[in-house]
Amino acid sequence: MNFMASKQPENSLLGPESDSQRTLYPYVTGTSVVALKYKDGILMAADMGGSYGSTLRYKNVERMKAIGKHSLLGASGEISDFQEILRYLDELILYDNMWDDGNSLGPKEVHNYLTRVMYNRRNKFNPLWNSLVLGGIKNGQKYLGTVSMIGVNFEDNHVATGFGNHLARPILRQEWHENLSFEDGVRLLEKCMRVLLYRDRSAINKLQIAKITEEGMTISQPYSLKTYWEFSAFENPTQGAVGSW
Amino acid sequence: MTKQQANWSPYDNSGGSCVAIAGADYCVIAADTRMSTGYNILTREYSKICKLADKCVMASSGFQADVKALQKQLAARHLIYQHQHNKQMSCPAMAQLLSNTLYYKRFFPYYSFNVLGGLDNEGKGCVFTYDAVGSYEKVGYSSQGSGSTLITPFLDNQLKSPSPLLLPAQDAVTPLGEAEAIDLIKTVFASASERDIYTGDKIEIVVVNADGIRREYMELRKD
Repeated sequence: MNFMASKQPENSLLGPESDSQRTLYPYVTGTSVVALKYKDGILMAADMGGSYGSTLRYKNVERMKAIGKHSLLGASGEISDFQEILRYLDELILYDNMWDDGNSLGPKEVHNYLTRVMYNRRNKFNPLWNSLVLGGIKNGQKYLGTVSMIGVNFEDNHVATGFGNHLARPILRQEWHENLSFEDGVRLLEKCMRVLLYRDRSAINKLQIAKITEEGMTISQPYSLKTYWEFSAFENPTQGAVGSW
Repeated sequence: MTKQQANWSPYDNSGGSCVAIAGADYCVIAADTRMSTGYNILTREYSKICKLADKCVMASSGFQADVKALQKQLAARHLIYQHQHNKQMSCPAMAQLLSNTLYYKRFFPYYSFNVLGGLDNEGKGCVFTYDAVGSYEKVGYSSQGSGSTLITPFLDNQLKSPSPLLLPAQDAVTPLGEAEAIDLIKTVFASASERDIYTGDKIEIVVVNADGIRREYMELRKD
């Protein structure tokens, strides 16, 4: 029986195999991000929740940020890793601006950079635990892409992370079309976010919608969606199974 | 306290199938455009085909992030080759480079199943087929990826490849014409999409011949 507390943490005795410096699991997480291309650019939506396991710890987390002049980044997963990514991107944009050559990094370039960063961390077995959505428009060219924590990346007319892949993508596949108006785009995003609110345990009813066009990025004030709970299945859940609860 | 095991995997299967067929003066390389993860489709329009050199095209399925990294590596190495040798890499040269690049990561492999197709120095079609760690072989036709088990037997039947044990060695390159080979590709993918859930949406067909490289598409089942 060992009554004395061990002076050395077990990990460091293993030398180079020390796992104490590697991400094992996420702590504070954001849930789905949904985004689509519309007539003038990109629309993106994400709620403002930061969950600590099953606790709703933070209710004012902005999970979408502008990157440079042309891009918008949305993230789900570990919030601290998202903040780290924003620091990387700050430096990237700073160096780009310091050239002072009239050129600026577009969404395609930023997406490529993020993909390489995520893949590189996965190669070192120390991933940034995020699923990222990168959208933007430069010189009339719209771009919308996504990268996962292990470096899987692609671009499409609409993307989503996490639960959004299961619940929002099917709706978008059915109802998205080229040249959506701003109102239609927002309506479509709200439809997706509402389904996520009903069915994703970690979703909260406080969301923002961000828009990026040639003119720049705007992000809405936080607001909540109208929900309907008077379904008979909710009011009388045990109707079809007498004796259950 | 036992050592913590990772609860994430550095690999994922993005699915999809690739095929290549070599002819006397052409080579057809084809792959579907579906990218999946688990039971979800991520996108229906992702290209698995990459042009590495003027007469050399690679199709790869497996883990998309590794495939992308591999394509970038080879493209970069080809650029250096062009600077140093003032010419394009030939298909057999690229084939060796791909094998070496894969084996370099023998102990943390690129999860990438490749078929390389193009024209050799004499203008004859050639196809090279690989496993994830770089063992490769020059063949007359090949298929890799999630639908390969469904596609390969059909190609064996239709292309009547001669036995590699015969002496003198007989060419595996098909006597079929370009149009017939493309038709065979379309048939083969249509069949694979019926039973393989990871194959579908669209086929991208790339044809390499003396006139250059051209691209064709065909719709497949979306389910």
